[in-house]
Amino acid sequence: MALKHTCSILAVTAGLTSALASAAQAEDLNALIWCDHADPELLQPFEEAHDVRVNVKEYEGTAAGLTLLEQSRPGDWDVMVIDAVDVGRAVERGLLAPLPVDQLATDSYFPEAVLADHTTVDGTTYAVTEKFGYNTIAYNKAAVDPADMASLDALWSGKYDGRIAIYDYYLPVLGLVGLEAGIDTADLGADTLETIREPLMKLNAASKQVSDVVGSQTALATGEVDVLIGGGEWLTAVLNAENPDLDWTIPEEGGLLWAQSLAIVEGTEKPELALEFIKYITSPEGQARLATSSCYWGMPANKAAGDVLTDEQKAILRWDDQPDYLSRAQLYPVPDADTDAAMQDLWTDMLQN
Amino acid sequence: MSIEKQEKRQGATLVAPALLWTLGFFVIPFAAMVMMSLAHLEGREIVQGHDLGNYLRIFTDPSLRRGIFVSLEITAVVTVISVLLAWPLAWIIATRVPARWRRMALLLAVLPFWTSYVVRSYSWALVLGEKGVVMNALVGLGLLAEPVQIMATRSATIIGFVHFFVMLLTLTIYSNLIQLSPNYARAAEDLGASKWQVIRLVILPLTLPGVMTGAFLTFVLCIGDYITPQILGGNNELTLPQLIMLQLGRRGDFPMASALSVVLMVIVTLAYAACARWLKMERV
Repeated sequence: MALKHTCSILAVTAGLTSALASAAQAEDLNALIWCDHADPELLQPFEEAHDVRVNVKEYEGTAAGLTLLEQSRPGDWDVMVIDAVDVGRAVERGLLAPLPVDQLATDSYFPEAVLADHTTVDGTTYAVTEKFGYNTIAYNKAAVDPADMASLDALWSGKYDGRIAIYDYYLPVLGLVGLEAGIDTADLGADTLETIREPLMKLNAASKQVSDVVGSQTALATGEVDVLIGGGEWLTAVLNAENPDLDWTIPEEGGLLWAQSLAIVEGTEKPELALEFIKYITSPEGQARLATSSCYWGMPANKAAGDVLTDEQKAILRWDDQPDYLSRAQLYPVPDADTDAAMQDLWTDMLQN
Repeated sequence: MSIEKQEKRQGATLVAPALLWTLGFFVIPFAAMVMMSLAHLEGREIVQGHDLGNYLRIFTDPSLRRGIFVSLEITAVVTVISVLLAWPLAWIIATRVPARWRRMALLLAVLPFWTSYVVRSYSWALVLGEKGVVMNALVGLGLLAEPVQIMATRSATIIGFVHFFVMLLTLTIYSNLIQLSPNYARAAEDLGASKWQVIRLVILPLTLPGVMTGAFLTFVLCIGDYITPQILGGNNELTLPQLIMLQLGRRGDFPMASALSVVLMVIVTLAYAACARWLKMERV
């Protein structure tokens, strides 16, 4: 009896030791990410190939991400997903490390998706784009006339009053309202901001709600609204199987190009592993998995992902239309601090009135 | 050492952990928040300072000021409706439900607490939508010619809140009711009071401590809630917590977020003071 008891204790101890040893062997990579990078289907191949565990923390909004980094100790974070147009802000604060971009497979990138002007500061590259898409008009083609969606005018025409939702992110929507008013996103500054106040308030009056990603998806999927300004493939693609009538288009006035990038965080103690992660994400396989992530879909920055994606997936992403779309899309506005504050004041006024 | 000194030392030792806890997890963070509220944002940098600019802006900027009123209005309506619904429910469970079924009735009353708060809010979004269960039923029964918009309005936020807080209030009022001796009602009836008079003049006043405690909890939880108005309100008006989140998530304006949080705490403190004064809580 005593022998049996001792054996049991030894077996349990051995099991625990083995589990602890295994846990100790597995290295950790800490990533500050957007929700598409939390998909196990994306992370698993990298974790298995490098015997590493990727710990992810989602954040929303560049300001929140940068604050998180500033409040962390050096080494807490290894990689970060960041809006390509905001890389300069992070570099300015000394939060990103130089990236050996020559070691990445960017030769096969969509040229428009490289965005070197934004990911390179003073000749040094700090981030590499990984995924892009459009903030434009998403709609339910069973409930609206698709021909109407060819122009942003339809949203101000009165025909769709009460059937519109506004995506709750000020930069792309202010950009789209600017396009409707004939102002390019690059020209949207403090002096032109007041020009779009009136059309923005009219759009708000015509809308039913202003909602985040999940709220927008729910509203479109349940028929609560029929049109979403600020939406795009990133919102409708994951709902395609449930409701193929959910569609999107870039109107004649244009749409906004969003592009997310991946960077190594300054002070990481695992720069090699961080670089390996970025190599994986920018590889054709990683790009295909990221493009079809369960959280939201988007175009891979690397064209070579087209060899891995299925025809059906490429059709949903509108792979063949990209040259046309890219030629008509404009980048997000990149406001300085004061203009950014003025834009957010305008957005708060819209929400509160 | 005298017995008195020994007792004092023992008392201090026993109280010390609670004091240290309060100091570490309330007093110091609160002081840090007040200090932060006196700083300001210059460009994208936080500049330490000692000015009241953020507070001034809260009361002069119409969008921020409106947030206070929206929060107060929603909270007041939710608290009143929840009390009006919870008191009869608690009274029925305490006095009309047979003793053997009371536990089951209470269990059913608190059942919604078992669901995730976020999931519950999204469920309400589906129920209250124009193509949701409520509108389908009303239109199907011919009570409405066409669906009306409830979702993405203040009404949806209030319904979501009331659903949650009625349960909370039911529990606090029930715990008060169940402790009342039945002799109070019997004595009142012996003296000629009608059933309604017994409830209005005897039972109701005796349950006021429970009602006020529940109402205060409802007030505090409701005015500080971010999730329900965010999911059900459709962002068509912003409450104080939503404004605080905007400052944090979008702007990185920690000083303004801190100032708004201090204002929120002041409102809650005033509500507590009013509640305690009215009930003379220290004697309850």
